[in-house]
Amino acid sequence: MDPLHQFQINPYVQLVIAGYDVSFSNSALFMVIAVALIYGVMKHGMASRALVPGRLQSLAEMFYEFVANMVRDNAGHDAKPYFPFVFSIFMFVLFGNMLGMIPYTFTFTSHIIVTFTLAATVFVFVTVLALMKHGMHFFSFFMPHGAPIALAPILIPIEVISYLMRPVSLSIRLFANMMAGHTMLKVFAGFTVLMIGGLGSIGFLAGLVPVAINIALTGFEFLVAFLQAYVFTILTCLYIRDALELH
Amino acid sequence: MSDGKPPHSLDELEARLRKARDAQAEKAGPSRFAGAPQGPIGVAWRIGVELVAAMIVGVGGGYLLDRWLGTAPWGLVVMFFLGAAAGILNVYRAFTGLGYATGYGREEDNGRPDGDGH
Repeated sequence: MDPLHQFQINPYVQLVIAGYDVSFSNSALFMVIAVALIYGVMKHGMASRALVPGRLQSLAEMFYEFVANMVRDNAGHDAKPYFPFVFSIFMFVLFGNMLGMIPYTFTFTSHIIVTFTLAATVFVFVTVLALMKHGMHFFSFFMPHGAPIALAPILIPIEVISYLMRPVSLSIRLFANMMAGHTMLKVFAGFTVLMIGGLGSIGFLAGLVPVAINIALTGFEFLVAFLQAYVFTILTCLYIRDALELH
Repeated sequence: MSDGKPPHSLDELEARLRKARDAQAEKAGPSRFAGAPQGPIGVAWRIGVELVAAMIVGVGGGYLLDRWLGTAPWGLVVMFFLGAAAGILNVYRAFTGLGYATGYGREEDNGRPDGDGH
């Protein structure tokens, strides 16, 4: 009945390395499943290399073209070398979100530590990229163009905070959307049980209302699962573009 | 092919496809994406996330600075206000068409694909 029970981490294999708990948990299991599925779809999909693609090949090509277009439109032509990175991020988040929509599975993207690690990877990648491309000039963009020098002591910390905010807002957006959606589904499902328990035979009829809402919510959750993977990826693209162009 | 014309070579087909796609891309223009599903809920999500993230970074950073430099409580106080300013600034930026530019966007530079424009 606890709607948050679904987010509980259950370690399957207890492992402690150098004082850190690195147990193989349900979260890790579903990450492995996601990676295996992605590998399977891409590998099998592209195995035949048919001119007229079959179902699986269509799927693999769709993923590829979707991300390739996203990188081209949002990160620019110079961002082609970073396509594999963006593609990996997109597939991992998408499969994590979508796997969570199957009953009895665990949604690893609903844990902030997972999304934050992904976002921090993007953040470090983009910062290192900008430093490599522009060297020390990178730091000049913490001072807005045309602002009076006297305001620098206030503006620069604000800009640094906005820059450091990126991984935080990126991870909160994904985790909050996934967790809120899944909690909502469980809460509405719980209403059905409460109504049947509290109202008896009328409750069986009244209990159908939350079920109907849940059907609509499930559809909505599929949309959110895709949309959040899309948002996460497109922001990665925009950050790469910023790192490459620096304005 | 059934109509008797010689089949197009693959290269030719590829070239035609590319031409058609380019024309389509030109017509559509740059994608106008603002980082969140549009509509009231999308906007609310976005403002909320920006503000919360700014406060986490500001207050968390201030707390860590205090622990590091032993300047409690001044780091926390100053960083709280700077974080709040950064959050509000980012919401302002997001909704005046500067998109996710951080610091290095000019006011007149509105050609970003993620911006709302005016």
